[in-house]
Amino acid sequence: MQGLEKKIKDRAIELLESGKVDGIIGWEKGQFIYDPTPAVFTKETGLDNFCYNNFCGANLSKYLVGKITSDKKYAVLLKPCDTYSMNQLITEHRVNRDNIYIIGVGCEGHLDVEKIKRNGISGITGVSVDGENVNVGTIYGESTIAKSDVLLGKCEVCRGNAHKISDELIGEELQTPEASDRFEMVNKLEAMTAEERFAFWKGELSRCIRCNACRNACPACTCRVCVFDNGRSGIDSKANASEFEEQMFHIIRAFHVSARCTDCGECSRVCPENIPLHLLNRKYVKDINEFYGEYQAGEEADQRNPLVNFGDKDIDPTVISDKEGN
Amino acid sequence: MQEVKEFKPNIVAFCCNWCSYAGADLAGSSRLSYPADVKIIRVPCSGRVNPMFILKAFEKGADGVIICGCHPGDCHYNTGNFYARRRMTLLYSMLDYMGIEKGRTRVEWVSAAEGAKFSNVMNKFCGDIKELGECVKLGDIRCKD
Amino acid sequence: MKKIALANMNALYEAIAKDMNLYVPIDNKASVNYAEWKQGDTPVFDKMTVRSAKDAFFPQCENMSTFSRDDDNRIIIDKIKLTEKDFVVMGIRACDVKAVAVLDKVFLSEPVDTFYKARRDHSILVSLSCSRPEETCFCSTFGIDPAEPKGDVAMYIVGDYAYFNACTDKGEKFLNGVSGLLENANDTDVDAAKAATREIMTKLPLHDVTTDGWGAGVLEEMFNRPEWEELSSSCIGCGTCTYVCPTCQCYDIRDYNGSNGVTRYRCWDSCMKSDFTMMAHGNNRTTQLQRFRQRFMHKLVYSPTNNDGEFSCVGCGRCVAKCPVSMNIVKVIKTMGGKK
Repeated sequence: MQGLEKKIKDRAIELLESGKVDGIIGWEKGQFIYDPTPAVFTKETGLDNFCYNNFCGANLSKYLVGKITSDKKYAVLLKPCDTYSMNQLITEHRVNRDNIYIIGVGCEGHLDVEKIKRNGISGITGVSVDGENVNVGTIYGESTIAKSDVLLGKCEVCRGNAHKISDELIGEELQTPEASDRFEMVNKLEAMTAEERFAFWKGELSRCIRCNACRNACPACTCRVCVFDNGRSGIDSKANASEFEEQMFHIIRAFHVSARCTDCGECSRVCPENIPLHLLNRKYVKDINEFYGEYQAGEEADQRNPLVNFGDKDIDPTVISDKEGN
Repeated sequence: MQEVKEFKPNIVAFCCNWCSYAGADLAGSSRLSYPADVKIIRVPCSGRVNPMFILKAFEKGADGVIICGCHPGDCHYNTGNFYARRRMTLLYSMLDYMGIEKGRTRVEWVSAAEGAKFSNVMNKFCGDIKELGECVKLGDIRCKD
Repeated sequence: MKKIALANMNALYEAIAKDMNLYVPIDNKASVNYAEWKQGDTPVFDKMTVRSAKDAFFPQCENMSTFSRDDDNRIIIDKIKLTEKDFVVMGIRACDVKAVAVLDKVFLSEPVDTFYKARRDHSILVSLSCSRPEETCFCSTFGIDPAEPKGDVAMYIVGDYAYFNACTDKGEKFLNGVSGLLENANDTDVDAAKAATREIMTKLPLHDVTTDGWGAGVLEEMFNRPEWEELSSSCIGCGTCTYVCPTCQCYDIRDYNGSNGVTRYRCWDSCMKSDFTMMAHGNNRTTQLQRFRQRFMHKLVYSPTNNDGEFSCVGCGRCVAKCPVSMNIVKVIKTMGGKK
């Protein structure tokens, strides 16, 4: 990983020096090993604080939405899964492709510090990946855990190391982690009774603090003013004043990005209360695949998504209403 | 013995202006009855129905929500109900996934000529909702009596 | 000083919960948060809660009054009853105890916030001495000693015992109420543990963060610093930092139009949100830079300016741990602070 970091850094400096781009959107070192911050690097800032390690899970494509009116050219570092979001943003004209230089960077799966901490590890001072294991140094001593146990949720269902869009690649040969079935939990929920499902979601959503991190981090959520922030929409709110508002917010949030959601997993990654929000989005993905044929948002730019399309033999909603069993 | 109060469901029906709304009219002028519990909201097309409308109806105390549009292929705007069909399929599936009784939401295609169908659909839906009882899983507590 | 064997803690919880509400940190397998103790719950005292103890006094959402109409169509205004039952919040760390003092200053000075005051009057704070500070902790920056928390009763968990020391009359009364379960102990029993904690504090990665350059009266210097732009460009504008913060105190008052009347409630607001302090004329902070700056200026400049140098950050490290993009107050303090 360190070799790759150096390679990216050198290339970034080259791009800036040659004037090919005005800025590089990448990750900046944080206070600890596990908290790199998305940042824009320019000639002025230099790349001294640049980093690319096992904790660069953040999807940087959304940072380009705010740059759409800028006449500057930005290079952006995208991992394979992030390129789906980029394609989707290009499809929706939320970014200006002409002013973007996409550097696809290799990925071997990123780690979730929350999961490390859930293993009872605190006081983390260093983390290093050693093959299948992760060594964590803390002020209270060393511990070793299996890498597969502390992978980010999105990396557990990795879609491989192919970049769907890029202008150049660095370190693309890295092997991404082996994926498990991404619909496993959705299937499990579907097999429950309605009462069990209701209890499950009530338990999860009741922890929601309405910080809106899921929405703001989502590369598909690009409305200038969200309906939940718009005082004239009639449903704006700053807190979940009732259980209904929890349900409303999350159903609508997921619905609004359905068929545009690339299943990048940012919503669950950023949730401070660790609510498995991706399970809502993934249900839509699964339904769309089942009802309207396999579809992967962001597979390529300028696809027409199933919700702005139709077929005359589509299944009827009564199929859901009249479904047998739970 | 305690008196058992008959449950009066609150039902919201979003009806397309060009077909089901006229269908409701025809039902009325043909003297076909449908339950008074159904509150009709006229929309220009079933495609106008935003998923938020449905949730909002539940928030304010609806026990069931039904959307009535033109038969697929007969949309006044050519394609509105095709889009509605996909959206509602996904939304209803999501509500079911979250544990809300799936019988509380429905889509039916009723043309302007189908007064009898409109009446049947509403009688049936109302009966189903009566069986399901009050909606307690979806709705704002601050809107309850 | 009193003590009780950890094995007997359940009896203590039972005794407290008999006529008071007891709030303790509970692990629900996905996150740790304060929740009301119920029979069978095992509190976790070794993990930081996601939300702070502020919820107990200043909940995220609370109703203030309701408006409805009577049979003669006259408007009836119902006030919401204030808290009347005593409650105990157990396991608050030193940083959060300090945060309550910060909130007290805001809500208990004139005009007094009656909702908050009622809750404070009926609350008993059982604080907890830290034994395992996390890497995100930097309370020492603000002069807080995590080994010696205040509150009404200070609790120390050492070995197989939990030790209690009353810090206020209220705390004394509380301990007397459960004295049947407690044994006497020496004040010196916890000294070694306290020293160990203080020792760890010096090894934490953030132990050298200082507030140099920040404080009362530096508004002019700080407000127009160019660094704000770069720092705020990472911020995604969510409210995580403000909602997990134990001292963030901004709220909004809103009316909910139900079918049978109107409920007036207040809920936490966040300076990170686009409609923060929205007024009839519009919004006076229109960019994320301005909103981002507001948060840190409030904590590190405005607050000390108005409160005798008292910062409204306590170094609990929640925002450091929870920010989705790791853009936190430590970064801001370090980037712009220091001697110039």
